Order: sequence, then structure tokens, then C-alpha cells
Amino acid sequence: MFHLIIFSVFGLICIVGAVNLLVQRHPINSALSLVVVMGSLAVEYLLLGAEFVAAVQIIVYAGAVMVLFVFVIMLLNAGVEERTQGSRVALWFGVPGILVGGLLVSWVMLEQAGIQAVPVGALPGPPKTLAWLLFHEYLLPFEITSILVLIAIMGAVVLASRPESVQRSKKEA
Amino acid sequence: MVPLSYYLVLSGILFACGVTGFLIKRNIISIFMSIELMLNGVNLSFVAFAAQWKALSGQVFVFFVMVVAAAEAAVGLAIIIAVYRTRETLNVDQVNLLKL
Repeated sequence: MFHLIIFSVFGLICIVGAVNLLVQRHPINSALSLVVVMGSLAVEYLLLGAEFVAAVQIIVYAGAVMVLFVFVIMLLNAGVEERTQGSRVALWFGVPGILVGGLLVSWVMLEQAGIQAVPVGALPGPPKTLAWLLFHEYLLPFEITSILVLIAIMGAVVLASRPESVQRSKKEA
Repeated sequence: MVPLSYYLVLSGILFACGVTGFLIKRNIISIFMSIELMLNGVNLSFVAFAAQWKALSGQVFVFFVMVVAAAEAAVGLAIIIAVYRTRETLNVDQVNLLKL
């Protein structure tokens, strides 16, 4: 019962944040509501017994990634977004389509509601077991991710640097 | 206890919000944030299934998804900065040429 209450409260906060992200017209408001969504998702992870994932969600997502977003929004001085005329066909067919599809999927999922989730801490020692999995079974993907991050860092530096400075460094080299 | 399906419905709602934002938003940064929202929705269903089947591999994959999302955010925001530098706009409707 207690779990259900916490789940509902934070699930509701999550959905409100996601909808607010859509409604807000200034990117900085959208970014802050995305932080709300990520924070409440971390609580949902805790409910599911995933302590490590919850901590990483806060540190990496709500911390690092969102700081990057806010930084870029401020750097580019992004203002209120201007709305352009959307497609009418999309409005007439898309909205009912989303509603029907969402209701159908929710109905199918709720029909299979017999299965129960596990309580907090029921999984065998998450961070320790997780580390064992990560560094034994999934060692190769883990190492590949490190290469991916390295490439991403270099790509970001190259893309974000000014074209003139790249040409100047080429001349110097 | 909370049934698995509730988590899946929540994750579906988040993903749908992300798709909607991706389609209706006109600011390139907002579109990018919608993509992050979709990734978060998928992560929730990963963790829910990991708890359901008592298989921690799901959580390991969430970790990988987060790393890829962080890398994607870094590269994507760098691309946004580059686009802004050449076009002086963040509106995707005005970014319709590969080459300036």
C-alpha cells in the first residue's frame, strides 16, 4: 500500500513534469521540468530496488546532462520559441491516433496485471552484483562504451570549436 | 506492491510525451530534450522488467543507455552550437539545408 502511494505520487509528478515540458515555450522551463521528471524517476527506481541506477540517474542525468543542456540554452541565449503553422492533417489524425494507441497499449498492459513487482532491497545486493555483472559478463560492452565516450568527447570538441580556430591550428601544424 | 504493468504504463506515457514533444516542438533544444525524455521512459521499463524477472542485466543495460545518452547529449549539443553559429537560429523550420 505504502509502495503504491509513493509510486502514484511520484508517477504523477513525473507525468506533470513531462506534460509541462511539452507545454512550456521557453527552453529553460522545459529543461527544469525535465529535471523534475528525472528526479521523480530516480525515486521510482528506488522503489524497484535499483539503488545504483537511482544514484546514477541523479548524478549523470539530473546532474551532468541537464547542466550541459542549461549551459547551452544560456550560451545560445535561446528565447521563447516561435510557433509555426502545423499540419492540419497531423492534428486531425494524429491526436485521435495517439489517444487510441495509448488506450490500447494501457489496456493490454493492465490486463496482464497479475504479476507483482519486488520490494526495495529484495534483489541480491544490487551495487555489488551489478558491478560483478558489469566487469565480468558485460566487460566488452563496458570497454566499448569507454571508447564511445572518448569519441564523443573529441567529436564535441571538434564540432563546437570555431571554424576559424580550426583553420588557424591547421596552418600552425 | 505495485504491479509491473503500472510501471510499464508510466514508461509508455513518458515515451509518448517524448514522441509528442519531438513532433510538435520547434526549438531544436526542446526537441533534443524530448529525445532524453523518451530514453528515460525506456529506462524505466528496463528497470521494471529487471525487478520483475530478478535479472540484474536490465539494470546494466540502463547503465549503458545512460552512457550512450550522455555521449549523445554532448555531441548533439555541440552540433546545435555549430548550427546556431552558421544559421543564427534555433528554429528547426529554418534549418532545411544540409549545406549553407
